[in-house]
Amino acid sequence: MEKFVKLKSIPAHIPLMNIDTDMIIPKQFLKTIKRTGLGKSLFYEMRYDESGKLIDKFILNNDPYSKSKILLAGKNFGCGSSREHAPWALLDFGIRCVISPSFADIFYNNCFNNGILPIIIDEKSIQELSEYSERKEEIEVDLNEQVILYGNKKLTFDIEPAKKKRLLEGLDNIGLSLKKIPNIEKFENSMNKTKPWI
Amino acid sequence: MSKTLYDKIWDDHLVHEDNDGTALLYVDRHLVHEVTSPQAFEGLRIQGRQVRKPKLTLAVPDHNVPTTDRSKGISDKQSKIQVDTLRNNCKEFGINLFDVNDKRQGIVHIIGPEQGFTQPGTVIVCGDSHTATHGAFGSLAFGIGTSEVEHVLATQTLIQKKSKNFRVNVNGSLPAGVTSKDVILKIIGTIGTAGGTGYVIEFAGEVIRNLSVEQRMTICNMTIEAGARAGLIAPDDKTIEYFKDRPMSPKGENWTKAVAHWKKLFSDSDAKFDKEVNIDAKNIEPLVTWGTSPQDVSPITGEVPDPEKEKDKDRRTAMYRSLEYMGLKPKMKISDIKVDKIFIGSCTNGRIEDLRLAAKLLKGKKIASDVSAMVVPGSGLVKKQAEEEGIDKVFKNAGFEWREPGCSMCLGMNEDQLSSKERCASTSNRNFEGRQGRGGRTHLVSPGMAVAAAIKGYLADVREIN
Repeated sequence: MEKFVKLKSIPAHIPLMNIDTDMIIPKQFLKTIKRTGLGKSLFYEMRYDESGKLIDKFILNNDPYSKSKILLAGKNFGCGSSREHAPWALLDFGIRCVISPSFADIFYNNCFNNGILPIIIDEKSIQELSEYSERKEEIEVDLNEQVILYGNKKLTFDIEPAKKKRLLEGLDNIGLSLKKIPNIEKFENSMNKTKPWI
Repeated sequence: MSKTLYDKIWDDHLVHEDNDGTALLYVDRHLVHEVTSPQAFEGLRIQGRQVRKPKLTLAVPDHNVPTTDRSKGISDKQSKIQVDTLRNNCKEFGINLFDVNDKRQGIVHIIGPEQGFTQPGTVIVCGDSHTATHGAFGSLAFGIGTSEVEHVLATQTLIQKKSKNFRVNVNGSLPAGVTSKDVILKIIGTIGTAGGTGYVIEFAGEVIRNLSVEQRMTICNMTIEAGARAGLIAPDDKTIEYFKDRPMSPKGENWTKAVAHWKKLFSDSDAKFDKEVNIDAKNIEPLVTWGTSPQDVSPITGEVPDPEKEKDKDRRTAMYRSLEYMGLKPKMKISDIKVDKIFIGSCTNGRIEDLRLAAKLLKGKKIASDVSAMVVPGSGLVKKQAEEEGIDKVFKNAGFEWREPGCSMCLGMNEDQLSSKERCASTSNRNFEGRQGRGGRTHLVSPGMAVAAAIKGYLADVREIN
């Protein structure tokens, strides 16, 4: 997994609440057996018309937003299905940071397994950052310092220390958990005695 | 110290806990399907890792399978590759698979309980958000992403942070025509689609106790639509009765031990909940959704809401967008909304009791001439049971198509989809834009309400069907 330390980009703002996983990546693209290649289908139905042509007014179809690495969105981003295809599509498009007032739980967790930083800040701050999107000016995210820098201002954000460490170091969760095999074996031995039916 | 049901199951599965509360939780049961697992198995192969406990995993293809004649295999190339990949992965890693033509094949959340693979007090995960369904049996069950599927396969554990405790009490008794689908739609409409974010919700109260276990599954199934990590209902005698003699249920001495354990699974009377909501059943009517979020609910007797009356700006914008997508006007009567398709099925409402209820209302009647309707049983065994009871004939005689089991039009990964602007009364769980097909318009309803809509050709009140 690629590390996440600092990121600078003109943000793209999609001012909608409840952006669900079907919007982020519709079902027809879930038939893949790979993790890559989903970027071109990100936000498919908002991005392409029924004949497959790009819809000009959709923000990610226009420069410089087609190269945005930071997405600003309304609350409850990523609600719906558990499909990790949603963060895979964002990542494949080039988005490594999503900023929203709130995230759906499974999507939020999925981000950390893919080197994407989801940042929770209040709606007023999103509004302030969206002006940078409109003016096509860069903002910078510094995970180590837990700040978003824009103009000469800065915003701080919260993140669980364990999740922060994983992103900063690009750690492999499975590798880390496999180091706890003695704990897992001990648990299983005890369970075999107390709950033999499992 | 007094504990909630969630606290008890959590503590019982804690393998390790870091100082910051990050926990390693043991997973007793892992369900796998063809869409969210290929990349997980691929990850294991790349790293040279094994499946730690193959016997604790059960696999089934359900999302991609055709619901028409399967004797010639799957014609969609990509779907076929996914289903073949699941078969090969299960063979390579020694995992039990109910393949496409197995009688036990069906929607993953229906076959788990049906086989007794799901059990009270267990931690159950699956790469599917509707894993919450299994919470109806007092198991801590939730959806995970593919990286987490890989983590569970390799370690039989999951890294988790504990959620907060939320209890929803549904008190009183249900009015006529109101079912568990209406109860959960009411709950989502009340707390909102993010109302449960950060919580595990325990459903309690007289109404929940009086529901059958299958009806409880509908409630827990849609907990994710309220944003919660999981939904839970304490097991009781009905739950224990349900698991007796299921193929994978504990047997003999183990059954006695298991039942003794299951009987301890309840929230202590003085347990503390971080949040609590009370709902009076007498205020619940048969509901439908009018918008593109499961929280957009209205009684069938009501009207499409007017966004102008909404004070919150973002919510107002979302409402306008929904109404435009759904092709509806503010203040129009819900019962004036004409439908094109009816879908009865899914992990929300594809069980035998759902089909029985629908068939009872439908018996001797015909669907409206300009409506097309289909029933997709939740599993091969549900289908077989229904056919033994003659339920298939009731549906077919009324003009419904009787299909093979799978997820089908709930998410339209197979051929079962809506065309643009087609309007469907659906017993499924999500009315998102494009969910059932690009431009398709979904109204979530109970099985009884789906039958009412099929007969009238409009969204209709189940209480007027007799």
